[in-house]
Amino acid sequence: MTRTFSLTLHVWRQKSAKQAGQFAKYIAANVSEHMSFLEMLDVVNQDLLAKGEDPIAFDHDCREGICGSCGFMVNGDAHGGHRGTTICQLHMRHFKDGEELWLEPWRSAAFPIVKDLAVDRGAFDRIIASGGFVSVPTGSAVDGNAIPVPKTEADLAMDAAACIGCGACVAMCPNSAAQLFTAAKVGHLGLLPQGQPERDRRVLAMVGQMTAEGFGHCTSTGECEAVCPKEIPIAFIARMNRDYLEASVKERPQANRGGSG
Amino acid sequence: MTLNALNANVPEGPIEKKWDTRRFEMKLVNPANKRKYKVIVVGSGLAGGSAAASMAELGYDVDCFCYQDSPRRAHSIAAQGGINAAKNYQNDGDSVWRLFYDTVKGGDYRAREANVYRLAQISVNIIDQCVAQGVPFAREYGGTLANRSFGGAQVSRTFYARGQTGQQLLLGAYQSLERQIGAGKVKMHPRTEMLDLVVVDGRARGIITRDLVTGKIEAHAADAVVLGTGGYGNVFYLSTNAKGCNTTAIWRAHKRGAHFANPCFTQIHPTCIPVAGDYQSKLTLMSESLRNDGRIWVPLKAGDTRKASDIPEGERDYYLERRYPAFGNLVPRDVASRAAKLACDEGRGVGPGGRGVYLDFAESIGRLGEAMIRERYGNLFDMYERITGENPYQVPMRIYPAIHYTMGGLWVDYDLMSTIPGMFVIGEANFSDHGANRLGASALMQGLADGYFILPYTIGNYLAQSKGPKIDASHAAFKDAVKGVTATTDKLLASKGKRTVDSFHRELGLLMWEACGMARNEAGLTAALEKIPQIRAEFWKDVILPSGGAEMNQELEKAGRVADFLELGELMCFDALQRNESCGGHFREEHVETEGANKGEAKRDDDNYCYAAAWEYKGPDERQALHKEPLTFDNVHLTQRDYK
Ligand SMILES: Cc1cc2nc3c(=O)[nH]c(=O)nc-3n(C[C@H](O)[C@H](O)[C@H](O)COP(=O)(O)OP(=O)(O)OC[C@H]3O[C@@H](n4cnc5c(N)ncnc54)[C@H](O)[C@@H]3O)c2cc1C
Ligand code: FES
Repeated sequence: MTRTFSLTLHVWRQKSAKQAGQFAKYIAANVSEHMSFLEMLDVVNQDLLAKGEDPIAFDHDCREGICGSCGFMVNGDAHGGHRGTTICQLHMRHFKDGEELWLEPWRSAAFPIVKDLAVDRGAFDRIIASGGFVSVPTGSAVDGNAIPVPKTEADLAMDAAACIGCGACVAMCPNSAAQLFTAAKVGHLGLLPQGQPERDRRVLAMVGQMTAEGFGHCTSTGECEAVCPKEIPIAFIARMNRDYLEASVKERPQANRGGSG
Repeated sequence: MTLNALNANVPEGPIEKKWDTRRFEMKLVNPANKRKYKVIVVGSGLAGGSAAASMAELGYDVDCFCYQDSPRRAHSIAAQGGINAAKNYQNDGDSVWRLFYDTVKGGDYRAREANVYRLAQISVNIIDQCVAQGVPFAREYGGTLANRSFGGAQVSRTFYARGQTGQQLLLGAYQSLERQIGAGKVKMHPRTEMLDLVVVDGRARGIITRDLVTGKIEAHAADAVVLGTGGYGNVFYLSTNAKGCNTTAIWRAHKRGAHFANPCFTQIHPTCIPVAGDYQSKLTLMSESLRNDGRIWVPLKAGDTRKASDIPEGERDYYLERRYPAFGNLVPRDVASRAAKLACDEGRGVGPGGRGVYLDFAESIGRLGEAMIRERYGNLFDMYERITGENPYQVPMRIYPAIHYTMGGLWVDYDLMSTIPGMFVIGEANFSDHGANRLGASALMQGLADGYFILPYTIGNYLAQSKGPKIDASHAAFKDAVKGVTATTDKLLASKGKRTVDSFHRELGLLMWEACGMARNEAGLTAALEKIPQIRAEFWKDVILPSGGAEMNQELEKAGRVADFLELGELMCFDALQRNESCGGHFREEHVETEGANKGEAKRDDDNYCYAAAWEYKGPDERQALHKEPLTFDNVHLTQRDYK
């Protein structure tokens, strides 16, 4: 038998970055335990439309936990706080009849609100643009097997590369720090032989950009790791800090010019 | 001015030499002049992202657009299983020729040989490029690249990064793209949707977009336009595509003169999680790689409602292994999907509603151990459990076919140029390489081949020869197009009817799935052709939208896309109706083998339908005109596909 129930939602409504926002209360009736959280919101939105009201805006696309579009806070937890799960993959079987849920967008100065639960995460793109790449123009590669990579290193690099750039780490951090996001890319590329030539330059540029975007300082609270839907370990932050220190010591004037392509 | 519409423009000479020949014939743009050419790339997926980055590296002035908030979120990110390349690293007899052959055969002889051969040739460069970018492909202990086999192939040529191959390949392309954005060579326009193409003197000269945050409608001029906007599977409402995947860019270009080829060639993927309820918003794919270690079965007897574990071996029907002993669970997707439908139609389906078959790992877990299975498919198993609440290490998965990929798309010549000079189409948005059925792990390959290694050359050849005047967005054609887009947007915003956009989309989707899905017939298609214009009229009369035009308005975005699906759906049914044969994913119930070993299997008609059907738009509510590109098979001989 499928269980159905109802919930009370308090949803942050804000028309745009410039206007003030506030919570609005809605009842989600007839929620099926097999629905995803976003499907539950779809149903609420259909009701709002029928009443001539403005539906709740939220980012989403793949709805299978990989594109990183979705994400908001549920009762203070990013993505609803279930281990290794994005909000689009969170199913309603985890909720009880009559629960009250408070839905809010990611809150960080570096992520301005676009509308309701949707925010602007362009800062993440700019961190990547500053140095999160291997400079290898199309056509200049050697044969794939000419670059052997030990399996353990490749696996570890993949653990870091699994980041979906959703922003939950920033949203959950009391300091709004973007260390886990940045460290994941620094770690992914820094672990591989392909990433070595630009290793110093990359970490300096990316950390520099991260700071310039207005993210806070990491105080190792570990909230980011706990909430990361891809379970990226905080150990990558320690790795990045080591790399950063080493690179800073070695730094020569030109090393600062990350992102110059 | 139009080109001779269906001249595929394939170079002369033996197939192995054609691409070299073309590259040598091409006119080149002087390196110092490249920055004077502005190129618009719509799409930041594997195709668009790789093209934008590569063209910027060459020196072109590139503007790139996507509807998501970041180029990294294009739907390529969701591809799980892998990417093919004819590296023959496993020494199991693979070669460029074999990949070419498999792809032509897998496509049921409805693809252009020359394009497919080039794709197989380039496949090896793609892997090299991606490895160099730092894509963390799976490795053997010795440090070399690992491979696996994939549906429709008997060699191990698929490269993968856990179950996240698309993500890793896309991030590789995205990082290259961001490098160019950081260097000021690409201007990125995220959250921006293309709503029209601008054609001046017969050539594509720009696009009209809507800023999805501010609502601003803008004109962008360029020397060439590239569409890498992905597939249109969402015409069926429920599909494995992301919610935003659409036909809008290619459909509106179609209305401006780009022929649309083989719209009815859609692919149904055999391994998706079955539908759970009518609120369902999308379907989730379980990678086909699971078929390497999972065995597909249903109960032998109809109406058997026992738990899987209570059904003894002797009362299970491993129908793929039984019917296709040579390929077993690895038959191509269309064959596997239809076999599942057949089993369910016979009343042997499992799970709620009886639309499901088992994909069982018990034997592999016994043979290889749970740890090995976890290593290979861990994230897929987790995803399955999150969605269904069932643990597939303990009970078999339930799967059912779902719409997954569209082989049809805008017609392009060998240079990937559409019938509108100056407009190129790459990736899933074009029709080029997969014929009537795509083999697993070959869409990623095609998207990257197009974007990294084909388009950057062929577009240069076009630009070097097109001496169009410099045009900017103040040209009358842009003003008219802006006016048109604004009028349609305003009309939608003013619509205060009773039904939501989603309700129309669902209605269309269900109709398409029934009439133009896994099996098609004349009566069903004819009825759908009557019904779709009615739904469309109803939509424009009765849809309800919130008013905000100058802000984020997700209902408006959806409404524009659904309006286009309501037109495309009709063309798909029409195309399916005129193609009186069964081939690949297009299964016409009237056209099956009636006797012999292949009884019940699809029956092609090479005498009458060995062509690509390219449709020309003739105006609203006018019947579209059919142009045929005859297909010749000089290298892979036409035979019936046989996976027995
Ligand atoms: C779940 C799933 C799994 C898959 N697994 C595999 C696999 O294992 N192997 C394989 O080879 N293939 C696989 N495929 C197929 C493959 O992923 C796709 O065919 C391929 O990635 C498409 O790439 P693309 O660049 O053409 O389009 P996409 O990646 O879809 O990119 C489209 C781009 O166009 C933009 N866009 C679209 N419309 C507009 C518009 N109107 N205005 C502005 N921008 C627009 C989008 O924002 C996006 O950036 C899979 C597909 C799915 C759905
Ligand atoms: S919608 Fe893609 S990760 Fe949630």
